[in-house]
Amino acid sequence: METKKNSRLQQRLREYAKSPSSAILAVLVMLCTAITFFVLLFLIVFILVKGVTHITPDLFSFTYTTENASLMPALINTLIMTALSLVIAVPIGVASAIFLVEYAGKGSKLVGLIRITAETLSGIPSIVYGLFGLLFFATTLHWGYSLLSGSFTLVIMILPLIMRTTEEALKAVPDSYREASFGLGAGKLRTIFRIVLPSAVPGILAGVILATGRIVGETAALMYTAGTVAQVPKSLMGSGRTLAVHMYALSSEGLYMDQAYATAVILLVIVLLINWLSGQLAKRIAKG
Amino acid sequence: MNQIKEQVMKIVFLIAACTSVLAVALICIFLFANGIPAIGEIGVFKFLLGELWRPSNNLYGILPMILGSIYVTAGAIILGVPVALFTSVFMARYCPKKIYPFFQSAINLMAGVPSVVYGFFGLVLIVPMIQSATGRDGSTMLAASVLLAIMILPTIIGVTESSLRSVPESYYEGSLALGATHERSIFFTIIPAAKSGIVAGIVLGIGRAVGETMAVIMVAGNQARMPAGLFRGVRTLTANIVLEMGYAADLHREALIATGVVLFVFILLINLAVSLLNRRTHYGD
Repeated sequence: METKKNSRLQQRLREYAKSPSSAILAVLVMLCTAITFFVLLFLIVFILVKGVTHITPDLFSFTYTTENASLMPALINTLIMTALSLVIAVPIGVASAIFLVEYAGKGSKLVGLIRITAETLSGIPSIVYGLFGLLFFATTLHWGYSLLSGSFTLVIMILPLIMRTTEEALKAVPDSYREASFGLGAGKLRTIFRIVLPSAVPGILAGVILATGRIVGETAALMYTAGTVAQVPKSLMGSGRTLAVHMYALSSEGLYMDQAYATAVILLVIVLLINWLSGQLAKRIAKG
Repeated sequence: MNQIKEQVMKIVFLIAACTSVLAVALICIFLFANGIPAIGEIGVFKFLLGELWRPSNNLYGILPMILGSIYVTAGAIILGVPVALFTSVFMARYCPKKIYPFFQSAINLMAGVPSVVYGFFGLVLIVPMIQSATGRDGSTMLAASVLLAIMILPTIIGVTESSLRSVPESYYEGSLALGATHERSIFFTIIPAAKSGIVAGIVLGIGRAVGETMAVIMVAGNQARMPAGLFRGVRTLTANIVLEMGYAADLHREALIATGVVLFVFILLINLAVSLLNRRTHYGD
């Protein structure tokens, strides 16, 4: 094994000696890869190292004051908005994926339209969602700057993501499962809820986790829908900022840079956790 | 009874599936209905080609922001695309199988880092670096381009890698058999074959860069005047909306929504380009 590897390496080197342009290309490939991963590593280490020292117990007090820019209210708002958005978006997204995979005919015009609109939605920048949320939920429906306006804006934003991942998960369920279920006399609905959906759960969950990541990191769509109040509102109709908005506010005010570092650490840790989770899930899906 | 339940649920699924159609329709209606009248009032040419944005003097020209968005994006593409392209070649063709999952999850992580965190990174690192190199304010077009170049890497790498992987192995083997080296086979047979997928990836990257908001605001300086070079501040379309929406009223507010309309149309065109490019990819054997 070892000698085989060595001989292949030697062959490569001989080729490079004959063809310097290939050698240059190979060096460029390695160099650019190194740049990509160095930048990522540097960003994470930089923020973790500079931020960890600024994480103090004060940051987790339940109220935000001008002396103590606590991130706890923002963290709680983030949790509330994530939960609310997911509770609304997941059923709609899963149901539309069920329609696309289990009911719709392949050539139907409606399916084409649904696909095109979902694709369009996934390409729209978050600030456009923010504008729409401001015009529709906050102004036209008179919900004002509120957690509710923010959550509904996020629902539209993550809907295509959940639809796509669920669709893939449903398609991955072998047709023999469905046929066996029909063969045993189950109806279509029963087959979907008892056979197809349970086997697609890991894939759907992976989509939900990705969506959570987008919600947690979102700023532009929330500034003018959920607003920037740094407290936990009394009801869903009140305004409140999420962690990402909190972090933007801190760093643009420029008064609380230490707290901004600490918030960056918390956000990064959440993102790392989410990535780890979806990695674990992907492994389970691959194993089957 | 069961028959009715089946039918009802089918309709429920259908209605759910129409949510995205409804959402796109609502977004179009509300943006256009609120933005188009303002464009009419200001004048299409005065709005799109006006060089001055001074809401207090009733001057609403967004050419500086349009150019700002284009320049910053162009910079990000020039810096980011070569790095992304070579990295995706590594991912598809060089990376040993054992460490591939590690690299893969690193790219996913890069895509998952929130844009405020990127913006903050730019604010505390890239901006001061440019500041100390030039001796002037570091919040510049260059800072925004560098930061966006980093942010679009995972998008372009992901699409490019999968299009490289979808090229039939026989192309590579055929080239090797003709005596080409590993590199020549990749760069002169596989990459040309994957061309339209790679272009789709780059266009997708352009879409992300044009639409990026928070990270750009944090590092670009945001002066609402005509872009004056790499080492000067610049304001993008997205930044214009976020910075002034908080206090704008009347025509000013509508002009900002109209800015959103321009951005939205940009993005729709880019999306259209991507889906046309994706449709063209097929390999005849």
